[in-house]
Amino acid sequence: MAHSIVLFPLIGFILACGMSFLKSNSTVDRLSEIITSSLIILASIFSFYLLLTNLNNADIVSIKLFNWISSGSFNADWSIYLDTVTRVMLVVITTVSALVHVYSIGYMSHDSSKPRFMGYLSLFTFAMIMLVTADNFLQLFFGWEGVGLASYLLIGFWYKKPSANAAAIKAFVVNRIGDFGLALGIFTIFILFGSIEYGEVLANADSVKDASFNFFGYEIHALTLICIFLFIGAMGKSAQLFLHTWLPDAMEGPTPVSALIHAATMVTAGVFLVVRCSPLFELAPIAMNFVVLIGASTAFFAATVGLVQNDIKRVIAYSTCSQLGYMFVAAGLGAYGVAMFHLFTHAFFKALLFLGAGSVIHAVHEEQDIRKMGGISNYIPITQIMMIIGTISLMGFPFTSGYYSKDAIIESAYLSNSLFADYAYILLTVGVVMTSFYSWRLMFLVFNGETRMSEEDYRKVHESSSVMLIPLIILAIGALFFGFLFKGYFIGYYSDSFWNNSIVVHHLDHDSIPLLIYYLPAFLGIVGFFIAWSMYFKKSNLAKNIAELNMPLYKFLLNKWYFDELYNFLIVAPALRVGHFFWRIIDGIIIDGFGPNGIASTVTKISNKTKQVQSGFIYHYAFAILIGLSFIITLIIFRF
Amino acid sequence: MSQIPLLSILIFLPIIGILFMLLIRNNSDQSSNNLKLTALWISFINFIISLYLLFSFNQNDPDFQFVEQYFWIENGITYHLGVDGISVLFVVLTTMLVPLCILASYENIKFSIKEYLISFLALETFMIGVFCSLDLVLFYLFFEGGLIPMFLIIGIWGGERRVYSTFKFFLYTLAGSVFMLLAIIYIFIQTGTTDVETLLNYNFTRNEQIILWLAFFASFMVKIPMWPFHTWLPDAHVEAPTAGSVILAGVLLKMAGYGFIRFSIGFFPEASELFAPFIFALSVIAIIVTSLIALVQEDMKKLIAYSSVAHMGFVTLGIFTFTVQGIEGGIIQMISHGIVSAALFLCVGVVYDRLHTRDISRYGGLVNKMPIYAFSFMIFILASLGLPGTSGFVGEFLVLLSIFSINTYFAVFATTGVVLAATYSLWLYRRIIFGALIKDELSEMVDLTRREILIFAPLLILTILIGIFPKPVIDIIEPSTKKIVSQIENKLK
Repeated sequence: MAHSIVLFPLIGFILACGMSFLKSNSTVDRLSEIITSSLIILASIFSFYLLLTNLNNADIVSIKLFNWISSGSFNADWSIYLDTVTRVMLVVITTVSALVHVYSIGYMSHDSSKPRFMGYLSLFTFAMIMLVTADNFLQLFFGWEGVGLASYLLIGFWYKKPSANAAAIKAFVVNRIGDFGLALGIFTIFILFGSIEYGEVLANADSVKDASFNFFGYEIHALTLICIFLFIGAMGKSAQLFLHTWLPDAMEGPTPVSALIHAATMVTAGVFLVVRCSPLFELAPIAMNFVVLIGASTAFFAATVGLVQNDIKRVIAYSTCSQLGYMFVAAGLGAYGVAMFHLFTHAFFKALLFLGAGSVIHAVHEEQDIRKMGGISNYIPITQIMMIIGTISLMGFPFTSGYYSKDAIIESAYLSNSLFADYAYILLTVGVVMTSFYSWRLMFLVFNGETRMSEEDYRKVHESSSVMLIPLIILAIGALFFGFLFKGYFIGYYSDSFWNNSIVVHHLDHDSIPLLIYYLPAFLGIVGFFIAWSMYFKKSNLAKNIAELNMPLYKFLLNKWYFDELYNFLIVAPALRVGHFFWRIIDGIIIDGFGPNGIASTVTKISNKTKQVQSGFIYHYAFAILIGLSFIITLIIFRF
Repeated sequence: MSQIPLLSILIFLPIIGILFMLLIRNNSDQSSNNLKLTALWISFINFIISLYLLFSFNQNDPDFQFVEQYFWIENGITYHLGVDGISVLFVVLTTMLVPLCILASYENIKFSIKEYLISFLALETFMIGVFCSLDLVLFYLFFEGGLIPMFLIIGIWGGERRVYSTFKFFLYTLAGSVFMLLAIIYIFIQTGTTDVETLLNYNFTRNEQIILWLAFFASFMVKIPMWPFHTWLPDAHVEAPTAGSVILAGVLLKMAGYGFIRFSIGFFPEASELFAPFIFALSVIAIIVTSLIALVQEDMKKLIAYSSVAHMGFVTLGIFTFTVQGIEGGIIQMISHGIVSAALFLCVGVVYDRLHTRDISRYGGLVNKMPIYAFSFMIFILASLGLPGTSGFVGEFLVLLSIFSINTYFAVFATTGVVLAATYSLWLYRRIIFGALIKDELSEMVDLTRREILIFAPLLILTILIGIFPKPVIDIIEPSTKKIVSQIENKLK
């Protein structure tokens, strides 16, 4: 069963990509859709089966497939490794992927290269599954870069759009910067442990907890170094502050892609990595604080930017970025189960929001600017209801899935006693208001008020087909109930036996929290709702006035804190300049000038000079002989 | 030595092919077709023979196999051939690429096809000879002999600035090799032999080692090439015909890498250890600098040529770590680069044949017309940027792993090359393949022909296969590598 979960997406990918070379007709298109979707649906059913049959005392299954790289003492195998963390991830991946596959049948129905799209989706699913089922860091790295590749291909799926191509490259390259950190982490792990298998590494973490590693001439606590390297990888993949710039641009891809890759699965790989390596992080408190710091800062930063964005998908993208920050805070505080729980619930409500956004975009004829929408709630009621469900779950409205997981994170921050935890607590709490605000701002601008669409477009607004709505409904069920259903297992009473040592579980005393603190996030969420309501629903000019009141701040947020400009100025432009310099000046003028060309021209010059000596006139030669003779005679005379 | 002299057959079969071809007149389409077929078959048979060599090669034996030794010049200078786990794969790489090159030259060589094909077969003889020689004089003969046909291929069938480039290429490499010749002469005078097997067990004094190491280094660093002696390579690649670039990148560069492993660290371990940081520094500079240069290229071939220098930087990094992973990584990186860069130059050749320009800005949106081409090109680009699951990753990873255990500075800077590689590769791909097809002259582009698919298919399969299951390759390399590493360790004690 585990084999088929891994293999099905691969088969789907190969078949669909093969079909993409065939002459495009409706039979081929439909066949590719049916094959890929049904394979993933099967994989999803299997994944659920694996999770639900292992809720208590989950056993760890490790299957070695075949050898990958083995050189000297280094060894890495292709493998399938199942523990609770993997099982949870498998459920998330295959479920969202299956729904996105089905949804895409409707969403991409007017596209001319459906088999290619379905194939890429399956490729992504395969790579993501490889990532989570690895039993060693190298296969993890394979999946890590594999999802990066699939993300690159899917962001650039509409390859005729220059902006899509640029975004695709940006996503891959920025991710590679993170991968660079991850690779260094793997090297360090191999040097420290002599192995890169989880079994060896995680079990022996205790025995090397005092080891140090010489890095750049400094003796650094080895595990701290490893964890920071790994976390740099996680920052790239999970779009955390400083390496986040690719995620908003990635919205250039088709919307189902954003739901699958840039909300539910790939971007959570970083959280997965930290949780997977929890035994290492436990022994590296400095790295843990670093994770909290970055996570909290990202949660806050992305939320502020989300407040003012006007592209429906970008708002949700910044929300994703922010929510990932929440998860990292939990992981950094040692509440790994909580991080996984939020990852789990977030996958459902965020995928729901994205697919809902896709349905909206479909309805309003590929328009993504929320300033050009409005007043469509009567035309697409189901989509609206689904998006409301996603939004209340995201804002943490009581008893929805997001409520349980997000509150648990904030409570963990409250209960941990450290400067970093306090910092995180404040930022996350403020983040709750902002999250609620930008979500409702989006909802009101999209669905309510007077329409700002053109007459003609407005008349053609229509609800999506059922092939797109059914996935929404299924996700909505997850967004509403999975938090309540799985709370006990992920973070509650059954957590010890549920996780069964696959992660480090700390029990925090959640009952000791004062009631005020306990209800604060839910209350703040409602405050956010009312601010959005008064600014955007009641049609006041409040929003405009506030923006005008503080134009520099508004501009600062609208331009995403100027990170792109800063990076262009600091990194991209200088790199190109240095490239030009080395090419034109160093290679062209200095190396070639003094090297081959210089030598060649010097030789020519010298031989031109010397050839004048061979003038052909007897008296020239006679004169030379005479001079030489007198010179020799002089020499002889004066020597003696 | 009762067995068949397999290596001699491999080396001299192309020469016999040349004799046949000399008998064929070249005055009609029919006869030039015959010439092509003859050359193709000869090289293909040679490839089959090399496969036989590979399969009858004993993987568990770290020593030289298929050894042949005959009296040649003197007692110390013999005709001595043999392959071990390190060289046997290069032989197969060579015999595989030559028929592909001939196939790739089917349409685009417009004149003197006979001489062209003869040059290629002669080149094959020299290249195989380099990897099989177990005598320094013989090695030098093959090593330098290969320059002549390559000189002709670039100089006669090359592009506009072919004369400048071919002289630069020839003189540059020849100048480097003069020092190696002097070193070989010195070694003969000093030890009375140029036999590689004997010399591997000979202990040179420290000072001798330093001088001789530098002499060999002069030759190899130009050929591989290392920064700052790389400038001949982009020029040579740009002007060479497609097949010439393929062989140049695919095999000729590897001779130097092979030389580093066999001679520099084999004969002179002390000097190698002494100079290792120097090599690391040059390699890392090469990786970063040439990657940055590749970023700003407007000429496809130049871009790939510069990326080759960067990739070779990983090879030298790995070799001079003196670890099993490092040397194996270096060898796999060479094999992989032999396949991938060859394929990339072929990819350039495909569009060059159709549009006759290498200027990147003249292309764009080719995927609309050439999906199969776009797919193949994508795989090779991914291998070139070292994506896990392609052959490019295995070598690079092992090299970086080994260098990280030796020196974190070099490792960290070298690893940044991986980020840069992604940037210039994808940027190249994006400009050629993606986008809308708006340029009129591109509207007539046709996808890969059957012949071109035939060329790409084996390279494609190997790229993926080595990427996900490199074990057969590593199994061949490992015993000999371990032997070299332990020899060095013994000598350094």
